[in-house]
Amino acid sequence: MSSPVLEVRALTKHFPVRRTLLGGPARLVKAVDGIDLAIGAGETLGLIGESGCGKTTTSKLILRQETPTSGTIRFEGRDIASLKGADLMAYRRAVQVVFQDPFSSLSPRMRVGDIIAEPLEIHTDLPHAAIEERVGRVLELVGLAPDVAPLFPHEFSGGQRQRIAIARALATDTRLIVLDEPVSALDVSVRAQIINQLEALQKKLGVSYLFIGHDLATVAHISHRIAVMYLGKIVETAQSDALCARPMHPYTQALFAAALPSHPDDRAPDKPITGEVPSALSLPSGCRFHPRCPSAIPVCSQTEPALRRREGGGEVACHLYP
Amino acid sequence: MARDAVLQVAGLQTHFFTFGGTRVVRAVDGVDFTLREGETLGLVGESGSGKTTTCLSIVGLLPRAARIVGGAVVFEGEDLTRKSQRELRRIRGRRIAVILQDPMASLNPLFTIFRQVAEPAFFHQRLRGRSLRERVQSLLRAVRIPSPEWRMREYPHQMSGGMRQRIVGAIALAGGPRLVIADEPTTNLDVTIQAQYLDLLKDIQRDTGVALIFVTHNLGIVAKMCDRVAVMYAGKIVEQAAVRELFDAPKHPYTRALLGSMPKLGSKEPLYSIRGQPPNLANLPPGCSFHPRCPDVMPRCMTEEPRDFRPGDGSVARCWLLGDVLARP
Repeated sequence: MSSPVLEVRALTKHFPVRRTLLGGPARLVKAVDGIDLAIGAGETLGLIGESGCGKTTTSKLILRQETPTSGTIRFEGRDIASLKGADLMAYRRAVQVVFQDPFSSLSPRMRVGDIIAEPLEIHTDLPHAAIEERVGRVLELVGLAPDVAPLFPHEFSGGQRQRIAIARALATDTRLIVLDEPVSALDVSVRAQIINQLEALQKKLGVSYLFIGHDLATVAHISHRIAVMYLGKIVETAQSDALCARPMHPYTQALFAAALPSHPDDRAPDKPITGEVPSALSLPSGCRFHPRCPSAIPVCSQTEPALRRREGGGEVACHLYP
Repeated sequence: MARDAVLQVAGLQTHFFTFGGTRVVRAVDGVDFTLREGETLGLVGESGSGKTTTCLSIVGLLPRAARIVGGAVVFEGEDLTRKSQRELRRIRGRRIAVILQDPMASLNPLFTIFRQVAEPAFFHQRLRGRSLRERVQSLLRAVRIPSPEWRMREYPHQMSGGMRQRIVGAIALAGGPRLVIADEPTTNLDVTIQAQYLDLLKDIQRDTGVALIFVTHNLGIVAKMCDRVAVMYAGKIVEQAAVRELFDAPKHPYTRALLGSMPKLGSKEPLYSIRGQPPNLANLPPGCSFHPRCPDVMPRCMTEEPRDFRPGDGSVARCWLLGDVLARP
């Protein structure tokens, strides 16, 4: 891979939690605890994990809505923590976000044209006519007619609203879009439209995606590579095909076992894993997954496994694969 | 099949009357299905297809603007549409239970788990004291709540989402129901928790023989859970079949499109995308409601509403395409 667009190294975000009203020792929620990620140009990285695994915190760190406790995020070679003024504006132009719920991410009081024009007005000094023309062009890109610009968000269905959110993300000179569960809130028949649209846009514009999700089939479909997160750590990462062909980490395997069948004949005979994700306030010792792991061995509760090269490419953090 | 029909819904029509009755929305418009003991029916459809209104009609919990204007809901031989609310109250929570999507909204945050799980046994079976406590503990154990004697003294906010949904399950089971209606019960749960919950429902069904109606828009859940499937579109069942039949040989173009738009693990094939948007029930197109989005639309579809066709494999589909196939020699 040529030099990545986004490179995340040893990224950590700890949130202090006050224990009681009377003070007491402060505890830490280790939301993101030392992760490495890289996204190439025109590539989609899927970030998958259950609620509380740190995937949304990771996206906030990348969007510079949160400051990392430690670690670096480099975008096109530059550390984003040091960006100021015009450089920071340039970064905000290049990296955009699309949220899960298009009903709450679009202001109901703004016209669609103004929603899409807003980043252009902030970030460029284009004349009004040029902005209008650009708005029309991105609307066409996402499969909407340019003459919908004067309408309000409530006049659109969920899928169309998500298209508007994507259009807004594309309005500036965007190189990376963070897609935080962009299809979870949509109707099934519309989900496929949006996924196909995102894939087509990537082919056309060469934009990179960080696709955050919890539905394995959807994430695997759209992503080139996948990183599986569990309690603030990446436990396995690989090319999407390799991961689907042979998931190695027991947690990844559990996600596959829990995935819904696409045909009644594929009803999995294997029982899903037991237990629930433990609180990030009291992390298990050793490997964070060991209390739920069906193949746990004594060493798992003592030492935390490091990410090592895995068979078939990628990396896995598990004592079963020394 | 020798098993008895637990529920028969025939020609059910539920309409919403708004603006003082001047506007009528046909949310459910002629729905038929039968559910037998121990059977699971998947009611599939997108938002606004009428699946939730169908369920609320069965249990008589419709909002004020809605009225059942036709058809019958026969549960264990009695037509529920003719019952008073008072009579229905004795059936709901005892013989028919409902599990809704958001467990936090179904549970009262001010009452302990014990108080809420005990309610059906308190009112319907009139249990008191120790026998009530034991009943609650055994129900919580049945839905795999660890250390129920402690957990039952806690409040909903002290539970995780998966646990809360299992508590709602325990309440549903408390009256020993013959029919459980589960309306998207796992939408808010994480995947591994969803799998645990679905397996739990299946185990309970095997042990008790309860009939299940599973309302969902997720065909993966249908593939995992259901014996029969009814696909709803714009207030009507457009296709009904045994689950294997539906996945192997879908008859209605809408069913085919839904199956094609489902991402499959390990496949990078482009997804089939249905053009257009789900219809507005207040303003349905003439003829077949699906025709503006249908890839196989014919002139007839735009003017004439298709009737039910039965191709002979036990499935029913509402599509003129099938009429043509059947009419051919």
